[in-house]
Amino acid sequence: MALRDVHIAGFAQLPNSHDLDDYDEAEMVQEITERALADAGLRREDVGFTCSGSNDYVMGRPFSFTMAIDGLGAWPPIRESHVEMDGAWAMYEAYVRLQHGDVDVALVYCFGKSSLGSVDKVHTYELDPYSLAPLQVDPHSLAAMQARMLLEQGLITEAELAHIACRARRDGNKNPNAPHSDEADADALLAQPYVREPLRAHDLPTRTDGAACIVLRVGGGGPRIRGIAHIMDQHQPGSRDLTDAVSARQALEAAGGADGVTVAELHAPYTTQVAVLKRAMGLDDEVAINPSGGAIPACTPMVAGLVRIGEAAMAVRHGAPAAIGHATSGSLLQHNLVCVLEAE
Amino acid sequence: MTTVELVSPFVLEYAYKRSTGPVIGRFLTALRAGRIEGVRTATGRVLCPPVEYDPETGEDIVDFVEVGPEGTVTTWTWVAEPEPGQPLSEPFAYALVKLDGADTAMLHALKCGKDALVTGMRVRAVFAAERSGMITDLAYFQPADLPAPELVPVPAEHPVTRFKAPVHAEYTVAAGATTAEFLRGILRKELNGRRCPSCDKIYIPPRGSCPLCGVRTSEVVPLAQKGTVTTFSIIRIPFEGQVLEPPYAAAHVLLDGADVPLLHIVGDCDVDDVRMGMRVEAVWVEDLQPTLASVRYFRPIDEPDATYESFKEHV
Repeated sequence: MALRDVHIAGFAQLPNSHDLDDYDEAEMVQEITERALADAGLRREDVGFTCSGSNDYVMGRPFSFTMAIDGLGAWPPIRESHVEMDGAWAMYEAYVRLQHGDVDVALVYCFGKSSLGSVDKVHTYELDPYSLAPLQVDPHSLAAMQARMLLEQGLITEAELAHIACRARRDGNKNPNAPHSDEADADALLAQPYVREPLRAHDLPTRTDGAACIVLRVGGGGPRIRGIAHIMDQHQPGSRDLTDAVSARQALEAAGGADGVTVAELHAPYTTQVAVLKRAMGLDDEVAINPSGGAIPACTPMVAGLVRIGEAAMAVRHGAPAAIGHATSGSLLQHNLVCVLEAE
Repeated sequence: MTTVELVSPFVLEYAYKRSTGPVIGRFLTALRAGRIEGVRTATGRVLCPPVEYDPETGEDIVDFVEVGPEGTVTTWTWVAEPEPGQPLSEPFAYALVKLDGADTAMLHALKCGKDALVTGMRVRAVFAAERSGMITDLAYFQPADLPAPELVPVPAEHPVTRFKAPVHAEYTVAAGATTAEFLRGILRKELNGRRCPSCDKIYIPPRGSCPLCGVRTSEVVPLAQKGTVTTFSIIRIPFEGQVLEPPYAAAHVLLDGADVPLLHIVGDCDVDDVRMGMRVEAVWVEDLQPTLASVRYFRPIDEPDATYESFKEHV
């Protein structure tokens, strides 16, 4: 069966900020959905399916996604679903739902706040509950163990990591939706102490609050989805090759490949993971990696992945022939989603 | 961005237990006895920590194999300032350790001077003196050339089938601009709702977004301190965390002019007198705080009951 052509008709995000205390869930969702629908030239009544991504442990509030629906105007009742994941996976569900053929417009949104609690602590609960969660191993420690493997196998140097950080900060500072990062040259960054050896502060994500929304439409123009796929590796960090991201490579292939791609927005919270993904997906230096700054200067939980797809869509809207939006879930790039977008 | 100072600490806790299933249960039962077991797959690989199915083929695992207690560090990082709940309170390393006899590595704590840490170093498992059938029964790894403390036997009980896996996460909850505005009004003994510009409904507690229309509410509307009980329940049994002495009446109070009822308490009367349509007014506490508990309760007033017709849309 031929797949229906789905386009990204609209995109909106709240500026990723150190805190969005003024907004509750419903207010975040109200604003981004209204703006994304306006961007798409559509109305709420046009939406046939709605799917959201968020996480109660991040928000510290059981069933926080049900509060968020107050931002949607869900009356009369709507067809609605939710994933306890980054909004990129909500978009995957919406894409599949549009393939059913009975509705043509889907609304996808996500929201998350790092400022409410400890995202690092929350991440320890996503690990295997038998062998890992009781050890409370934090995401920076996991990333540092991955980084050491890359460094000791000669796949990257600390100087290269610092250059990735410099570039992410510089690009992030040009992005009105990322918070300001202090810029410094690579030598100055390398003079800083380790946070988790061999990672320094510049290698780590800046935790932010934010929300984003994408409107999908069958037909109607705008960046077309060549393909979208997500694939998962094994969970245990000691049972897979942490220097590679096999599932990211497979997902890119399943999403139609990188032909014509000139921009890749990669959901890599750590400098090391930019390098791992770039290599795993076979992206050469002709591909602009994370012109938005990526997930290092602005890493909003449950949002940073969907924002990568939105930024890739904006790159296509502004002239790129094709772009990759990538999202990751779990620890150490275990689960990867790739959406390849192309100009019509 | 912050214009709101109304924040409150909040602790989320779940007292979960985990059931183990036969494979993980056997692994944990062995750890309790001071042994480490991996699983062998049909292709002959030995996985430790064990998983229930071969991750590559999905086939059942074939059997159990004792591995370790020594192994080799394949990567590590240094935790200079351990967080509460992490395996050691002194600075330590997290490491991946490929135990002798296993083909995969186990993540755990490594107790070792920082200067001695190196990938490829040989380490040995050290077991906790008290063991209950958890991954932390293996207390940590230490350099293999250090003398290992003698294993303290624990009584052999029935096999491990579950263990405690509590969740504890701490937050600082911000009220949000709309709720903060409402709570500040309470400090002035005001009950302020917000009106939807599209459907004209007035919400209290106010909402920043109208749940029916999906638009921002526009206008703050001061509401009367009098209202009507639209429905109620008499709480007669005690429960954990209960603030009031049962029996008491929880009620939906529709403030005059509002479109949604407020959940609160009806006091100053016999609970058996509480009824739908009863007219009530707010009674404030002396020491006003930015919380709806600053309304102590609603008490009956000398007005005829409202007719059901007058509030049936709001039940």
